[in-house]
Amino acid sequence: MNRFDYVRAGSVAEAVAAAAEPGAAYLAAGTNLLDLMKGNIARPGRLVDVTHLPGLDRIEHLPGGGVRIGALVRNSDLAYDPDFARTHPAVAEALLSGASAQLRNAATVAGNLLQRTRCPYFYDPASACNKRDPGAGCDARSGETRLHAVLGWSEHCIATHPSDFCVPLVSLDAVVEIEGKAGARDVPLEALYRLPDSRPDRETVLAPGDLIVALRLPPEAAGFAAHSRYLKVRDRTSYAFAVVSAAASLRFEGGRIGEARVALGGVALKPWRARATEAVLAGAEPNERSFGEAADATLADAHPSGDNAYKIELARRLIVRALTLAAAGTPERMPALPASAFSGDALHA
Amino acid sequence: MPDIAYEQARHGSSIGQPLTRRDGFLKVTGAATYAADNRPEGLLHAVVAVSRIARGRVASLDVAAAKAHSGVVEVMTGTNAPRLAQDPDAKHNPFMFRLDLLQNDRVRYAHQPIAVVIAETLEAATEGAELLAPRYEVDPPQIGLDAGEPQEPEGVGAGDKAIVSRGDVEAGLDQAERRVETTYETAAQYHNALEPHAIVAQWDGDRLIVDTPSQGLAMAKMRLAGLFGLDPKSILVRSPYLGGGFGSKGFLSGPQVLGVMAAKLVGRPVKLVLRREQMFGPVGHRAETRQTLRLGTDASGALTALDHHTLTATSRFDEFYEPASAISRYLYAAPAVSTRHSGVRVDTGTPLFMRAPGEASGSVALEGAIDEMAEACGLDPLEFRLRNYAESEPISGRPFSSKALRECYAQGAARFGWDKRGPVPRSMRDSAGRLIGYGMGTALFPALMMQAEARAEIRADGTGTVALGAHDMGQGAWTALAQIAADGLGIDLDRLDFQSGTSDLPNAGIAGGSAHTATAGTAIHSAAAAVLAQLADLATNDERSPLYGAGNAGVYARGGRLVRRDDEGRSEAFSEILNRAGRTSVSAQGQGAPDPASREAYAMHAHGAVFAEVSIDPDLGQIRVTRLVGAFAAGRVVNPRLVTSQYYGGMIWGVSFALHEKAVVDPRSGRVMNANLGEYHVPVNADVPSIDAILVDEHDPHVNPLGIKGVGEIGITGTAGAIANAVYHATGIRVRKTPITLDQLLG
Repeated sequence: MNRFDYVRAGSVAEAVAAAAEPGAAYLAAGTNLLDLMKGNIARPGRLVDVTHLPGLDRIEHLPGGGVRIGALVRNSDLAYDPDFARTHPAVAEALLSGASAQLRNAATVAGNLLQRTRCPYFYDPASACNKRDPGAGCDARSGETRLHAVLGWSEHCIATHPSDFCVPLVSLDAVVEIEGKAGARDVPLEALYRLPDSRPDRETVLAPGDLIVALRLPPEAAGFAAHSRYLKVRDRTSYAFAVVSAAASLRFEGGRIGEARVALGGVALKPWRARATEAVLAGAEPNERSFGEAADATLADAHPSGDNAYKIELARRLIVRALTLAAAGTPERMPALPASAFSGDALHA
Repeated sequence: MPDIAYEQARHGSSIGQPLTRRDGFLKVTGAATYAADNRPEGLLHAVVAVSRIARGRVASLDVAAAKAHSGVVEVMTGTNAPRLAQDPDAKHNPFMFRLDLLQNDRVRYAHQPIAVVIAETLEAATEGAELLAPRYEVDPPQIGLDAGEPQEPEGVGAGDKAIVSRGDVEAGLDQAERRVETTYETAAQYHNALEPHAIVAQWDGDRLIVDTPSQGLAMAKMRLAGLFGLDPKSILVRSPYLGGGFGSKGFLSGPQVLGVMAAKLVGRPVKLVLRREQMFGPVGHRAETRQTLRLGTDASGALTALDHHTLTATSRFDEFYEPASAISRYLYAAPAVSTRHSGVRVDTGTPLFMRAPGEASGSVALEGAIDEMAEACGLDPLEFRLRNYAESEPISGRPFSSKALRECYAQGAARFGWDKRGPVPRSMRDSAGRLIGYGMGTALFPALMMQAEARAEIRADGTGTVALGAHDMGQGAWTALAQIAADGLGIDLDRLDFQSGTSDLPNAGIAGGSAHTATAGTAIHSAAAAVLAQLADLATNDERSPLYGAGNAGVYARGGRLVRRDDEGRSEAFSEILNRAGRTSVSAQGQGAPDPASREAYAMHAHGAVFAEVSIDPDLGQIRVTRLVGAFAAGRVVNPRLVTSQYYGGMIWGVSFALHEKAVVDPRSGRVMNANLGEYHVPVNADVPSIDAILVDEHDPHVNPLGIKGVGEIGITGTAGAIANAVYHATGIRVRKTPITLDQLLG
């Protein structure tokens, strides 16, 4: 590990000023960053520790129904907040399906949003990676690609975003509050991330020094609480990144779907909002046929980036399953294996 | 569970008891000192820099930059590394594996050590290793079974013949009513014991002390003596605790020797611990296999022929071939059996022994092929196996020294509820709609004996000592061997001083081949018997003793006393015998070794039957093992708690083998792309099902005086095949490639 300066910021303004320097990085729990530093993938010259910033560790239920989550709220604290889990069950389920209990206890909300891809070629300093080294090429392209992207990828990068948490969040129109050199601004979570295009090194719209101070869910998000699920297919029962995951939230009007919110994880370099799916479902009857058509609408855009065509069919089936489970209703209690194919739910309506 | 009363009557109070680990308290409180916990005065930290290429040479290293880094003391490279007394590529016997010890600049595999940075702190050494910024001359590597250079090995595994056959397999296949030809592939797996290879090395002139995990203390000492030109007596290897071995610590690995070289170079004690990703290269692995089996059966479902061919990989520079076909030499009856191995040379580290080397990989393929043939015959898989039950060893024709496999089948099937298995694949579902599958596999591992020595002593205060350089990898040798020692000496465990785990004690051989308890236990038993014989001599020839005239064979030891067989009311304490004779102690040496006559006359194996239930999402393909039942017969059970743990551990590795474990190697670079425990999957707790291990009674009068067969490796055999067969039964999809992953089940 290289030598670096360590700055413990006392205020948001101090943090922003300290992190605006080239080569600086924010440090919260460090569950991803420290591994990257040990592997020599990240070599920040300065770490700005934000864990002691006051007031960023609160979950506020806003008048009018929204929720504001401080950037330093721990993943498990949010998932186990009873009010939050009741109003945003798919988000809680996604949180609890990620990483391990130890990591969830440490990892922060904002850190989760900004975790880096798990593409093995990104983690291997000897491999060419446009994300690490712009213009170097992408060794993943003709390498081991079973877990790579099928949506939104480019010839420059086929990596995926690893977060579970972000998948229901983008579907529910979450917004991040950012403090930067130019002051405060709000950015929709979906717009925080960039697709790789020709510059996969530019992962977000954040500028140097920008600090996420909170995450906000609008009041409408809680309107899906009765029919909201997250489902994650993975290579082992726990402690594995998603092969593909799906968040599905429904609001019924009469016997029909009034509004649907759907997003996919593990398929693209950002949590993938399935707007085409949502459009098909608006006003539709909830059944296997409409769910299938809705899934097809999003996956029509999908293309394998290598040996991963199976992900397209898997994502299709997963959207159908997640919609089926959401339509059946949010379970009264969090399943013992959250978001798992083995959560105990009946598989078909 | 064994009959405790019977065991006590036959042996004493210890063998057969489910004692907890004697070192358990030390381990859970952190008081047990593993190798890397040692911090001698003046200790420096060494970090290995490893190659990013798989073939070529190191063109340059920026040694100056590394040495300029604050805290770095020295950089050891091919230029300044101590020259060795013996070429590390010399191979005087098949168990000398070639090591990369910075004697030149060549690179033979990815993650090969290319330099060692020695510093005052671990952090400085780590950064120093980064600063070396190696440049290479790269030769394109050959990776994978299809790319390597073909080889026809003479020997496989630990020196078994590559080809062993009996009868005319082609004729047997021609005559068969039904034939199955099928090919299975198993992935490369890398050793990842919780404790990585680590060493603390200290030189004092020509005397060398090393703390390092070892499954073969005496071999480690001899290897160091050879490489450094030392008198073995001047080397002390200490290895009281290991955080897992599984075969990876049977031979000293290159990085361990580099730690000794680093200490020599800087003249101070050095600690070197491999980083997790560095385990994927220089410490051995289980090579991938491609196994093709051809089976024929007659109208009754009896095998007419069995041909098992394995293609596997070894390194370009050394020999170790996974002996996967060997299991077909032992398991199912057939008039014609052929077992063959071919190899390819690839640019990886040399594969080595990994828990059930050969048997684990071979069992998956064999049990899968047997399942396929059972289905072709329209027979239940258990019924098919019973129809092809070997009453004598298939190829050698020798009788088995003992074989309680029928009982394993019966008890396992009953506990599992095998009779509830639907005969048609994809016919069972749970209430939620998930596919349920039942599968089974036969487990087998040879009952080997190695060579070991032990020393035993009884003192005038009635206490005893047993000492030998045995190895506790976590399997419980400190406990099980002490139980054998206590009973051997006829004293209670709390009167026994059991010394083990260092190379200055009698040579207990190697903890491998599931033979350590049997071999070291026999040495202990024999040493203890010799001590008791001396005590009996003293007593029965002394007319002042109540044992006078009973003769050596007329007494036995129990509870610190010799007791007359003809009158159990007459006995004498060891202390009285020794004190009266004016002796402070009696001591003796004993040996454990295979008995050539019985080995010639009998085939010796442990057997078992494993039954698996899986649950599979019919749409998403995700797999979960929900139940495992294994019934194993392995002779005498020294400690049922520890034996059960061994079976659990083996069966969990079977889950790993079937569903999880795979080194993903990029064929262009030869690098393992998932060299970390986040992405190199092994089962987590949520993947470990309800496991039942049944200890089936088995008495073996031939295998060794104690009747012990090994239990360390058999659990992985049978299990992976049972799971793969259950996946087929659940889905109707036969996946012939492990690990089985969900994308293969999407249909």
